[in-house]
Amino acid sequence: MRSPAATPYLLLLPAALVILSVVLLPLLVSFWTSFTNYNLTRPATLFNFIGLRNYQRLMGNSDFWWAFGRTIIFITIALNLEMLLGLGLALLVNKITWGQRTLRTIMMFPMMFSPILVGFQFKYLFNDSIGLVNNALFDLGLIKQPIAWLVDGNLANFSIIFAEIWMSTSIFAILLLAGLMALPKEPIEAARVDGCNPWQVFRHITLPFLMPFVYIAMTIRSLDVARAYDMVRIMTNGGPAGRTELIWTLMTRTGYQNSQMGMANAMGYVSIILSIVFTFYFYRKLVSARTFMGGAQ
Amino acid sequence: MSRLTIEKPWQRWLIRFGVFVAMAILTIPGLWVVVTAFRPNIEVLARPAVWIPQNPTLDNFARLFGLSSEQQGLPVAQYFINSLVISVTSTLVAVAIGMAGGYAFARFRFPGKGGLFLAFMLSRTVPGVALSLPLFIIWARIGLIDTSMGLILVYLAVNVPFTIWLTDGFFRQIPVDLSEAAQIDGCTRWQAFWKVEFPLARSGLASAAIFAFLTSWNEYALASQLTRTTASKTMPVGLMDFTAQFTVDWTGMSAMAVLIIIPALVLTFVVQKHLIAGLTFGGVK
Repeated sequence: MRSPAATPYLLLLPAALVILSVVLLPLLVSFWTSFTNYNLTRPATLFNFIGLRNYQRLMGNSDFWWAFGRTIIFITIALNLEMLLGLGLALLVNKITWGQRTLRTIMMFPMMFSPILVGFQFKYLFNDSIGLVNNALFDLGLIKQPIAWLVDGNLANFSIIFAEIWMSTSIFAILLLAGLMALPKEPIEAARVDGCNPWQVFRHITLPFLMPFVYIAMTIRSLDVARAYDMVRIMTNGGPAGRTELIWTLMTRTGYQNSQMGMANAMGYVSIILSIVFTFYFYRKLVSARTFMGGAQ
Repeated sequence: MSRLTIEKPWQRWLIRFGVFVAMAILTIPGLWVVVTAFRPNIEVLARPAVWIPQNPTLDNFARLFGLSSEQQGLPVAQYFINSLVISVTSTLVAVAIGMAGGYAFARFRFPGKGGLFLAFMLSRTVPGVALSLPLFIIWARIGLIDTSMGLILVYLAVNVPFTIWLTDGFFRQIPVDLSEAAQIDGCTRWQAFWKVEFPLARSGLASAAIFAFLTSWNEYALASQLTRTTASKTMPVGLMDFTAQFTVDWTGMSAMAVLIIIPALVLTFVVQKHLIAGLTFGGVK
């Protein structure tokens, strides 16, 4: 390259300015606010330094720990099920030779929905008096009383996870299907000649080959796990009685409804670290899987 | 994949059945909302349930735009315009800025490259909800709350990192020799970019633009806190106008959902092929 050394930095300058002013600066502000008892209704409190008291109170707050634990469990269940179901769907569709392109288009359908729409859609479907699910169960004679999908705590959590899986399984299925299509045929044929059964072929050839694709999907998903906020916001908004409260819904309630911005920002930091840890973990896995495949750049 | 495993007929039918069930689960919820958008409210609330629409109607859509006499319309047309202006503007600027950044990462070696790339990607991991709190404080102080400009700036920051990631991949796929040949033939590097590399990367850039547009079009968490009135409220935020404390206007909401989904549907079909390529090759190869 014959360009002066400054060129790449000049090219990156606009992007860096945007991120610095709209992401980094706000993060510094929220970092500061998390050490104050800033209350929206009393602007002067923005400069009221109280040290680690917000974090200390969070550590002793059972509502926070419930929301935090529920968020971790929610992410873990959702990502694992999405991965397994996506893999299953990709393997099934891969077996179909006729109309595969159409199937792939149908699979993209949930990806077009914004999370708020997914939330609305399942709020409607799981509605106890007019929802599709209860109506179907009624008319099939399976239930006599409506099931309160979004009113009972356990069922509400089930409904939310169902909606989340509906929204995101496609991403896994589509990426893994792309992986299956790129799968080289020679090693599989060789393995079959050597007497491997289908399970062994899958376990020792197909699956290792697919792992980078799994990690790409995981990385992309972990970037925006917080999308679940939109969905939960419209479906239950953390209710009934906080039984579906995730760290994101608790944060907005604390910040905007209760005006305790300092405390909300402390929670915000916990959620940011959570997201970064998840993304970083899968990104590292992705890099090492790529190296293992010998395809590293 | 060629048939390495010979399936028995019953296995083949089992696979077809499995695929059919999966596709039904993926499509029926959305289609049900679309059907609801064209039904009168009375039919949706009926007991026992009415499955086949008896009186298809456009009334719900008319209601959204204030064309119906029975009920006051919501400012949905204004929300639609806001969404469009905000999404298109932030997309165009994000692609211009992101393209420059992606090109820098794809074509130059410079100190701090790896760290910078990681920093951009990490900025994308910050959840919108968490970012909305400090942005709310700052935007309130500098008067950007409830303005299109405020939301455009935010979406710019949301879209730039992903655009960089995608365009970096697209530019990498174009052989360096092409622009070097153009430069030997007397082009400056700037000319070589616009005459050789840009046209080759154009379809990739288009899909990066569509990604950015959809992200802005669908975003709710930030928009719901940073907008207040018709001056800047977007479609996803407007959707919540239909829910009161105890009642929900199901048909009106469904009609609005259809309006939100149509642009997304069209664009996703257009970008389908690039979508998969764009998502995978950042990681593999």
